[in-house]
Amino acid sequence: METYTIIVLLLAATIRVATPLLLAALAGLFSERAGVIDLGLEGKMLGAAFAAAAVSAVTGSAWLGLGAAILTGAALALLIGFACITHRGNQVVAGMAVTIMVVGLAPSLALAWFGLGGQTPQLAAAGQRFTALPWPWADAARETPFPGLLYAELLGGHNLVVYLAAALVPASAWVLYRTRFGMRLRAVGENPHAVESAGVPVNALRYRAVLISGVLCGVAGAYLSTAANAGFVRDMTAGKGYLALAALIFGKWRPGPTLGACLLFAFTDAAAARMQGVALPLVGVVPVQFILALPYVLTVLLLAGFVGRAVPPKALGMPYAKER
Amino acid sequence: MSAPAKLPRWADLALLPAVSLGAALLLSAALVAVLGENPATALRLLFTGAFGSGDAVGYTLYYATNFIFTGLGVAVAYHAGLFNIGAEGQAYVGGLGVSLVCLAAGGWPAWVVLPLAVAAGAAFGAAWAFIPAWLQARRGSHVVITTIMFNFIASALMTYLLVNVLIKPGQQSPESREFGANAVLPAVHELLATVGLKVAPSPLNLAFLLALAAGGLVWVLLWRTRWGYRLRVAGANPEAAVYAGIRPGRVTIGAMLLSGALAGGLGLNELMGAQHRLTLDFPGGAGFVGIAVALMGRNQPVGISAAAVLFGALYQGGSQLAFDLPRINRDFVVVIQGLVILFCGALENVWRGPLARLLATRRGDQGGA
Amino acid sequence: MNAAPPAPVPALELRGIDKRFGPVHANRAVSFAVRAGTVHGLIGENGAGKSTLMNIVYGLQPPDAGAIFVHGREVRLRHPHEALAAGIGMVHQHFMLVDTFTVLENLLLGDPDAQHVATGRAAAREKWARLAGEQGLEVPLDAVVGELPVGVQQRVEILKALGRKAEILILDEPTAVLTPAEATQLFHLLARLRAQGKTVLLVTHKLREIMAVTDRGTVMRQGAVVAELDTARTSPPELAEKMVGRSVLLRVEKGPSRPGKVLLEAAQLAVADDRGVPRVKGVSFQVRAGEIVGIAGVAGNGQSALLEALAGIRAPTAGTIRIAGQADLGADPAQRRRLGLSHVPEDRLRIGVVTAFAAEDNLILGQQERPEFSRRGLLDRRALTENCRRAMAEYDLRPPDPRLRLGAFSGGNQQKLVLAREIEAGPRVLLVGQPTRGVDIGAIEFIHRRLVALRDAGKAVLLVSVELDEILGLADRILVMAGGEIMGELPRAEATEEKLGLLMAGVRTEGGA
Repeated sequence: METYTIIVLLLAATIRVATPLLLAALAGLFSERAGVIDLGLEGKMLGAAFAAAAVSAVTGSAWLGLGAAILTGAALALLIGFACITHRGNQVVAGMAVTIMVVGLAPSLALAWFGLGGQTPQLAAAGQRFTALPWPWADAARETPFPGLLYAELLGGHNLVVYLAAALVPASAWVLYRTRFGMRLRAVGENPHAVESAGVPVNALRYRAVLISGVLCGVAGAYLSTAANAGFVRDMTAGKGYLALAALIFGKWRPGPTLGACLLFAFTDAAAARMQGVALPLVGVVPVQFILALPYVLTVLLLAGFVGRAVPPKALGMPYAKER
Repeated sequence: MSAPAKLPRWADLALLPAVSLGAALLLSAALVAVLGENPATALRLLFTGAFGSGDAVGYTLYYATNFIFTGLGVAVAYHAGLFNIGAEGQAYVGGLGVSLVCLAAGGWPAWVVLPLAVAAGAAFGAAWAFIPAWLQARRGSHVVITTIMFNFIASALMTYLLVNVLIKPGQQSPESREFGANAVLPAVHELLATVGLKVAPSPLNLAFLLALAAGGLVWVLLWRTRWGYRLRVAGANPEAAVYAGIRPGRVTIGAMLLSGALAGGLGLNELMGAQHRLTLDFPGGAGFVGIAVALMGRNQPVGISAAAVLFGALYQGGSQLAFDLPRINRDFVVVIQGLVILFCGALENVWRGPLARLLATRRGDQGGA
Repeated sequence: MNAAPPAPVPALELRGIDKRFGPVHANRAVSFAVRAGTVHGLIGENGAGKSTLMNIVYGLQPPDAGAIFVHGREVRLRHPHEALAAGIGMVHQHFMLVDTFTVLENLLLGDPDAQHVATGRAAAREKWARLAGEQGLEVPLDAVVGELPVGVQQRVEILKALGRKAEILILDEPTAVLTPAEATQLFHLLARLRAQGKTVLLVTHKLREIMAVTDRGTVMRQGAVVAELDTARTSPPELAEKMVGRSVLLRVEKGPSRPGKVLLEAAQLAVADDRGVPRVKGVSFQVRAGEIVGIAGVAGNGQSALLEALAGIRAPTAGTIRIAGQADLGADPAQRRRLGLSHVPEDRLRIGVVTAFAAEDNLILGQQERPEFSRRGLLDRRALTENCRRAMAEYDLRPPDPRLRLGAFSGGNQQKLVLAREIEAGPRVLLVGQPTRGVDIGAIEFIHRRLVALRDAGKAVLLVSVELDEILGLADRILVMAGGEIMGELPRAEATEEKLGLLMAGVRTEGGA
């Protein structure tokens, strides 16, 4: 009974942790399938988290905050696009540079605007945050462990963004594999010259891909500061952008497997928080740091071909010049 | 054929970075205004904070020491065609090596401890770089991603060691006990005091000279040895390397070992020279600054040293800025750093074309064409 | 030719197209017109500026100056979609296909009718299948492109262009990857297209093709148009002279060969490419001291993989290689060099040089371990410079500045530097692939003389070339490769273009090795 409750709550926590990861990983997926390495996930997410919290704090509307987050994510994505697509700059450097810049800029702006030492004000008023959607009979259902608790905690009990993220997995798959835009986007990550020669402008396609990445990072950032937490704090992404990148690679640049990787990584994270000092059968107490490092170790093992094989898009990371 | 416009060598080495730096600083100044402070005041504070007094210069060079080590590390890998984003983790683990020697040093004389600490820092840093290198050379996984992953793994490992193993007994904060007096690097102001020169105290220490020496060593290794020749061929044109009988896998591993070893030098300055104990997250982003330094310094030791001093000045001057201006905090240094990386590393082609045209017309005028 | 009255308005007209790449003047005020409903040849040597010009016409590169008219109307072509909209389609020398996609997906990539893949796939399939049938371009719509033979890939490319309603079809060196028989098929297709009223612009450096299929031709040399002619009223020698600017010396002066002992030997050699596809299938031959053995064949029949295996760049899957009697099975170019092998690679500007390095550093590439270039463990810069100065004087490399970045030299001079390096290394065996590809005519004669001199000095030379003239001019013995096998061997005296052509097409003669 007790174990059952713990597991349900653990899984519910997994879903909450997985949401921003999944949004960011899908963001990276669009960018990278179009051939643009996305090391800016962390920065775009962090910038968006700040924008969402700041706008929500000032206007009192989480929705306006979300809008600001999306605009911020998109603007940063365009900056990366300007460097990498228009000017064929180094994609790794551009993404990292934007991330570093945002890591400094967000708390700087927070200090200048709110005077709270690099944070935004607490979002306490109604409407400033995305809170759990009220599911019918959830409170009553919670009384009966099975299936009531599952209904109330796993299926319900989440905010809108969680469901949005879940819906984005099949939506992304549909866009990538079932639409002309998706086909061209995949083609541009494999052989941009072929796409150009077929009369489809490569740069416009890549801009659209990085814009999608920016928008999704915007949603992810808004989730962090106005749904999962109540406000922006310094470094609140805490490497989630890189973890999302790892999940994307672990998911072999495909939406479905990427979801699986996000859930796996989120589960290790949620479990680590609950396993502090808990002795496991056979292995005893596992240091929490080892559990937290697990996603990175798994990704390295995958990349090395020890567990499966991940083949990146062929033109990933290569600046495209029309003429050659 | 369609490569970005070609610039003369001097312009590529000096003019372009200068223009990029100028653009980054200009944008930074604009941001200062956005934050509600006067850009001119900020610039003046930045400069005097970095160079205005003896101890300011000391601090600037002390920070620069870190960046020389990591910058050299990034540059060596770069010449082999590898983008080592793992200098942060390699420096962190390298610091473990330095600390283990210093903590074990007991009553050993300082001239025994120093070479051992240097060797251990280099060896631990190299070891942390070896795994991603081996994985790329033999298993085909890309170092960019694996070194990012290894930064996080290093962070987890070091946190574990500091919290559970190396922590000073009976202490709350995760730090090791202090190194013995035989296991610290003398500060420059102490050294100068022994010959009768009085300078203001600062954490600037002997590691600065070690960093400069490392720069000289890198220059000789890369540009004057066959090993360096092979490394640079493999980096510039991997297919030509295979054609020339050079084994790219071996180069990858060798370059990354040296790269990690150089990053490991950070521990000498930061731990043995300044903090005198192993602390949590002591690299503090210097590994990433190393990327900017290498980019700006054109991956040449002299350029790297100059760029490292520039970033050291940004760090030191930036803390002055945060101290004196109420609406600016230390984070702003990171903003400038990000902008410099962006402009010097990813947006250079913006200026390359216009500069090439400008120089071409100037030359054309002189030639009477 | 067909005495059709000239159409009043040309299908395509170029006026004063000019293009520079830094110091290279790729196109010099190029003007010519292509009549509608004809096959027009654009002929010139490698490096004459044909490809640049076609890239401009297809919107892949902007011209510095000049105008393009399609059916009398000036068009702005800054992007392939503008070219396609103007009715211009192009089949590139290097196919523009996504290897991981199916044929149908590649066809749909730029298809404006395929608005929506999910709903339109059935209709699109029908459309493309019908078009393929009409044009006699059978392609397997569901096969993954990367797994198809090049001939089929080319059909996909042509189909792609026709499906976009191209009225003007540009083909850039389409026969480079085809056997003579496949090329003939292609020419039949071009004739059919002409009969349908389409205009074809055939870009080639092969005289034979111009004579076989075109109505008119434009000759380019060093970026400029040097002649416009009716195919019916010209001859191959006249064309050749126009192409190179003077009468061509097709024979290299050389005495009889005096073969000595075997220096290079391959026995039952098999080689696979990166994807594991067998490229060389059990090839055996010998090259003796004092002879030049030529390997003829259509590009893509295993010659490249053979050269790579001999040079130690690629490990053979089976068989043995012997150099001067020593067996060396593995892939170790350094070891090969120690045994006295030099290698001028086919794609030397890609794999034979480091453009970011100074000329003098490039001149020790592959020889970096030699003691004469080092002193006390360090590279001896003075020796490097001296070595480079000598080679620059001997081979007339310009500008004679050892410290200049190699990328700053012209392509022809970079080629010469590689030749100089490999010949001056003092090899016992020289492997040379496409020695005159991308080299100007003056240098060709110089290179040919060098190779003959090397032979006369008692070295073994293995020459791989897709240019029959070059093989016939230089080789003492000729092997023909097709489909990864040696189809036959002919002494130079018995070799004729006809015999070689049959072997290249895979028709084995009695003397098959």
